[in-house]
Amino acid sequence: MADVLVYLAATLAGVAFVLALIRFILGPSSADRIIAFDSLTIISITGIVLVALAEGRGIYLDVALVYALLSFLGVIVVARYIERGF
Amino acid sequence: MSSLLAVVGGILLVGGTAFLLFGAIGLVRMPDAYNRLQAGTKTTTLGTLLSLAGVACLHPEWALKLLLIGIFLLFTNPLSSQVLARAAHRIGVKKAPQTVVDRLEEDLAEKDLGARP
Amino acid sequence: METPVEAKVRAMARTRSTAVMFATLLLFWLMLIGNLTLDALIVGVLASLVIAVLYPNGISFFTELRATPEAFVAGLRYYGYFFKELVKSNLRLTAIVLSPSLPIRPGIVKVRTRLRSRMGRLMLANSITLTPGTLTVEMDSEWLYVHWTNVESDDIEAATGAIVAGFERYLEVIYG
Repeated sequence: MADVLVYLAATLAGVAFVLALIRFILGPSSADRIIAFDSLTIISITGIVLVALAEGRGIYLDVALVYALLSFLGVIVVARYIERGF
Repeated sequence: MSSLLAVVGGILLVGGTAFLLFGAIGLVRMPDAYNRLQAGTKTTTLGTLLSLAGVACLHPEWALKLLLIGIFLLFTNPLSSQVLARAAHRIGVKKAPQTVVDRLEEDLAEKDLGARP
Repeated sequence: METPVEAKVRAMARTRSTAVMFATLLLFWLMLIGNLTLDALIVGVLASLVIAVLYPNGISFFTELRATPEAFVAGLRYYGYFFKELVKSNLRLTAIVLSPSLPIRPGIVKVRTRLRSRMGRLMLANSITLTPGTLTVEMDSEWLYVHWTNVESDDIEAATGAIVAGFERYLEVIYG
């Protein structure tokens, strides 16, 4: 029962990832692309945690944490970049 | 008992990822950058928190680390959206034709007039 | 020239801010490590101390926190209210996204806050971003510019009542 639900959740997250990717490709402005990228990274964090669950390896949670940290910094840096264009 | 917890965890997981999916649909359907940002922020925050809670039910020994990821996301996610919204407004990203009012633009225009003698 | 009393007050505020930063960093480190061995503790204390001394103006959860029982109760009620609003905002957004006609009426409105502290304003802006249909775009001291998917009113007082008042009630007690 729980296994089926986990697979269903993974499928939903996968479809969400593909939809956000469509917005990332379509754009049209650079701001739209970063917004899609921000959502993509957060969906990926759920993805990484699901992989950790499937493999049963807790070390992947550290990967998710560091990924969350770096993606936050990345989004801030890119936002500052398009704001000032330096 | 433990199987009940596993089912609750699975349901939380499916609920959370369903919110992620709705957010992604909003990301595709919304007409301008600001509304896309709204769809992208709120649903991914709650969706990820619910998913993390679900995994914590399935794997109770990971709960502390999952809580840490959850707290971190709860604070950084709205912050990054605010920075993105500000950047989008400052570079003048177009708003949807349905937009009814923009106080920020009005105030900025007023300040520009005041600065110029 | 500042008087000796003022200098003392400023030094105390600085010491308090550093101590608060140190405590936050150490707590985060211990949660990350997940055990309480002696060597993990020594490394954590050293690293937190260095960072806290280097960044005395840093901001953390406990900066400007009022350590009173009222603030604790208000904090609990704030989180209860916050999660209720978060779920409500998600359900409303889902309804908008899934309806074929996409019923939105977006706009950017201006609201004002009574909060004075940096952390209080930060928490307010974050809370606004996660509640039904609103997103903080720009902050200018006490004025906040908020993007609203469904503008109910572009009057400053009415918008403040609808967007800010619910959170301000609790945050005022917690951070001031």
